[in-house]
Amino acid sequence: MSQTYFLTKRLRSLVVLGVIVLVCFGSSVLTQFNLSQGIAAIPKAIVWGFSNFYPTADSLAYLSDIWAKMQETLLVSIAAAVVAAIFAFIFAILGSRITKVSNFLAVLSRAFANLSRNIDVSVWSIVLLLTFGQTSLTGFFALFIASFGFLTRAFMETIDESGTDPVEALKSAGAGYVPTIFQAVVPSSISQIMSWILFMIETNIRAATLVGILTGSGIGYIFDLYYKRMDYHAASLVVVVIVISILLIEQLSNYVRRAML
Amino acid sequence: MTTLLEMKHVSKKYGNGTVALSDVNFSVNEGEFVSVIGPSGAGKSTLLRCINKMIQATDGEVIFDSVNISGFKGRSLRKLRTKIGMIFQNYNLVERLSVIENVLHGRLGYKSMLSGSLGLFTNDEKQQAYHLLEMLGLKEQIYQRCDQLSGGQKQRVGIARALIQNPKLMLCDEPIASLDPSSAKTIMDHLKNISDSLKITVLINLHQVDIAMNYADRIIGVSKGQIVFNGAPSQLTSGDIKTIYGSDASNLMINIENHDRVKVAEK
Repeated sequence: MSQTYFLTKRLRSLVVLGVIVLVCFGSSVLTQFNLSQGIAAIPKAIVWGFSNFYPTADSLAYLSDIWAKMQETLLVSIAAAVVAAIFAFIFAILGSRITKVSNFLAVLSRAFANLSRNIDVSVWSIVLLLTFGQTSLTGFFALFIASFGFLTRAFMETIDESGTDPVEALKSAGAGYVPTIFQAVVPSSISQIMSWILFMIETNIRAATLVGILTGSGIGYIFDLYYKRMDYHAASLVVVVIVISILLIEQLSNYVRRAML
Repeated sequence: MTTLLEMKHVSKKYGNGTVALSDVNFSVNEGEFVSVIGPSGAGKSTLLRCINKMIQATDGEVIFDSVNISGFKGRSLRKLRTKIGMIFQNYNLVERLSVIENVLHGRLGYKSMLSGSLGLFTNDEKQQAYHLLEMLGLKEQIYQRCDQLSGGQKQRVGIARALIQNPKLMLCDEPIASLDPSSAKTIMDHLKNISDSLKITVLINLHQVDIAMNYADRIIGVSKGQIVFNGAPSQLTSGDIKTIYGSDASNLMINIENHDRVKVAEK
């Protein structure tokens, strides 16, 4: 009996693997994508990158311009994540199984968060570009909406995981709704929430480059500008600045996370 | 003796049709130590939660301190709950907060929304929390985070949190179910002591029949949402055990006859 059990299990894995291979093969045939050509192009790209895409002494002259834009981008990313976190926390409280006020409000806040989360930040950028024009405010709002949706979802799960037990205890002691949130829900989930906010800031800085290209603001704009002028040395300097900034922010947020635990 | 709590024809039916309690009637006198026993799923927890209205009974009346509390809502319900302390099987502490912060949570029922949210407690309250922790033998752990405590210590924090409410009644929902025998005894001794010295009425759900018989003034047996036994521990017979648990006492490793001897030996 156990013989057939393991046999069917193995067969099932084989079928799943076969389906995956078939889908890959089928879609590359349909799109006329050639894997071997794709792989063959990689060395060429590397050679091009090394011969053109590096900062030179001349391009360092742009550094102050780039740094000014980078600062703007960093600040917009942080502001978007933090402001979004405040709104997300309220929506998460209303939407969480543990702290919801009514089922109707819970469904509404979940739906609202899903709407802003499931539409990509690039789409928001283009949509908002039509309303706000080519300013950093557009970038801010695009990042804000995407962050809000993601953080609401993350906070909701954090609150759900923190458990009903302390909430039940405080309720049974006669504590009101708002004090229960601040005395039981917030302390049990705050370190996780802070961790999500830091993650969101990092994600926003990465996304800000794309948002900047699309909305014509911040570090993405200046990269786009140099790139289209075929000033690859300056463009590569932008990439270097972005990478260093992200690494620094990551170090910083890792330090904050450790300090909080 | 005055009656503190009276349940009259209390029933609870859940939305999916499950009957958790049907026509429950009993009363508890002031200062009494009453134990509720019964198999898992018999409705013991629901019974306890119908008293402080963490679960709303579908039918019947609950009279606490000569007031019918069945219709209580909002502010009056919160005020009622300050008079009823509750401790739980899983202790229900905010694990990331310190011992004293958790104890002070017991005062939140007396606070306004703002001072409660900000955790503004008076010096008297902090002193009281300190004395309670001292009484329960947790003086050393007062500033420790609760996730560093053992199960027995956590439950003592739970007791301190309930006591700081100045309750008239303590509801204990399986307080020793997750504890080792020695911690369980400590907790039971504390509860008995509270009932004797502070004259607080205790209503406690228990799985261990022998412990219930050793500590309680009265035992209430619950089976399938109904009360099938209500009397002194000495009146509990093997036949009663069979009606409560649906199985013979000998099968359940319960030795009722031994009980009296244990009590004599303790004295």
